[in-house]
Amino acid sequence: MSNLNEHRAGRLHGIWALTNRELKKWYKAPVIFILSIIQPILWMGLLGKALNIGALIPSIPGVDPGAVLLKTLGTSDYFSFMSVGMIAFTALFTTMFSGMSVVWDRRLGFLNKALSTPVSRAVIIFSKVLSATLRSMFQAGVIVLVAVAFGLQFGPHFTLLNLLGIFAIMFLVCVGLSSLFIAITIRSTRIETPMAVVNLINLPLMFASNAFFPIDKMPYDWLKAIANVNPLSYTTDAVRQLLIFDTNWAQLGLDFAYVGIFAVIVATISIVISWRFLSK
Amino acid sequence: MSEEVIKAEGLTRIFNKHLTAVDHINFSVNKGEIFGFLGPNGAGKTTTINMLITILKPTEGKASVLGFDIAKQDWNVRNVIGVVPQEYTADEDLTGLENVLLCADLYGIPRDVAKERAMDLLKLVELTDFKDKKVQTFSGGMRRRLELACGLINRPKVLFLDEPTLGLDVQTRAATWNYIRTLKKEFGMTLFMTTHYLEEADALCDRVAIIDHGKIVVVGTPEDLKHGLGGDVITLAIKEDADVIELIRKVEHVKDVKKEDGSYRIKAEFGEVTAPFIIESLRKKGYTVTKLSLTEPTLNEVYLEYTGKSMRDAEESREAFAAQRITMGRARR
Repeated sequence: MSNLNEHRAGRLHGIWALTNRELKKWYKAPVIFILSIIQPILWMGLLGKALNIGALIPSIPGVDPGAVLLKTLGTSDYFSFMSVGMIAFTALFTTMFSGMSVVWDRRLGFLNKALSTPVSRAVIIFSKVLSATLRSMFQAGVIVLVAVAFGLQFGPHFTLLNLLGIFAIMFLVCVGLSSLFIAITIRSTRIETPMAVVNLINLPLMFASNAFFPIDKMPYDWLKAIANVNPLSYTTDAVRQLLIFDTNWAQLGLDFAYVGIFAVIVATISIVISWRFLSK
Repeated sequence: MSEEVIKAEGLTRIFNKHLTAVDHINFSVNKGEIFGFLGPNGAGKTTTINMLITILKPTEGKASVLGFDIAKQDWNVRNVIGVVPQEYTADEDLTGLENVLLCADLYGIPRDVAKERAMDLLKLVELTDFKDKKVQTFSGGMRRRLELACGLINRPKVLFLDEPTLGLDVQTRAATWNYIRTLKKEFGMTLFMTTHYLEEADALCDRVAIIDHGKIVVVGTPEDLKHGLGGDVITLAIKEDADVIELIRKVEHVKDVKKEDGSYRIKAEFGEVTAPFIIESLRKKGYTVTKLSLTEPTLNEVYLEYTGKSMRDAEESREAFAAQRITMGRARR
């Protein structure tokens, strides 16, 4: 018999075990996995293709609908424009569930059990953040592939390296969003509470952004103001700069800086709040 | 010889500034014993265990586990204890083996060591044949055994069991007791458990603390507690409608008599010898005994004596609660 637990691990141990536990629920369940891939396909196929904005512009002689769209949206194809919005949409929806899984773990007692092991409190929280982030990044990759299959038009400077940039911005925004949702839900013991919170804020966050419509064409200043502080706007813009626009490097830098600062600040505050709450 | 493994001094937890769940309790658990916290729902058992396993901070007082302070050296405490929670915390979507390995990862045990230990533990709790089956196919008893295996993966010196047989049927409960006894023998562990089953405390625990309203009312071995009551309980009824309390009280070895629902509840030493004398003295005065029963004291009588109420009432709501938890676990998928 050994004396104490002889394998006293470092402060970060267990992070992959806990993250993988979350991910297994997804990739080991074929139905959920396939649905999570089909969902963006349906959205893009139906919404993206149904909203044929180009067809609304009458073919007056001398007016090229493509040129009009290029001027307002930055790309001549609305489908390309909104399929990138879908990537932000996926990030939002997937990270929302990180909050719910905390509630489940509380109710089923797994959280208490994890808290009674030497795993650090921050690791417990961060594993939730990480699993939601990895899941979103995978789905973003799927969306890009599907969008390409549906006729996404790449920007003139697109290279495969730009894909890494897309994953990077997704990583940042998902870390920020999922820690935010976890901080909101960590105190609740009922699954209804995070559901209500999430339903309240997800659509406003979605539509008060440039995901489906350009901000400078929005009708109200207050709406523009909200859209201009919404991190989803910056995420979407970054992905567009990388994927479909004629890349504006200064704007791309600003996008990354904004989302990066958002992620660091929100994740820090959220993890501190959650950590405090768990060590009650 | 008796080395104190757990020691609590004035341990108190107050929720929301006025709800005192645990009220200045003092106790110590010796090395190698099974120590039981017995009490009804809401008595403060789980709050106490949660403080000892460092997931709740005490409001006042202190406690130590293997010499580590639960508030200041909580990480050290977590390294040396094993916990078997009340709920079935195993992940339904993972297999039995995967669940044990997940627990091993939480303790930072390297994979090769973990695998070997996991196989040994699954053998111990007789789940080897089911190690690659998903937990959602497991019965209640199998899940409880899996929780035991998870709680032992870090070879704890002290194992905490919160209601280890809640919601299990009688056979499975007896089987689980056997596993717990084996664990104690095989690993020389100290066990701290809570229960609201009197039979369980009686069958399993070396010492029992009865807790009620956040306070420990009495501590002792089940035998001492039962004998401390002053003997057996004789219940009898007479045909005549008369008060014979004083008459019975005069019989030798009778300690106490109470009239309850038309029958007399008599506390007496050496019950089987005393009962005939009681019948004899009643008959001499012309009374006829119609019914008589003799019971040796159980912990329920002890509980009744110290808290003034029966434990049975709390039980039903508890069972329903456990069933609900299990249903919820299934609903998650």
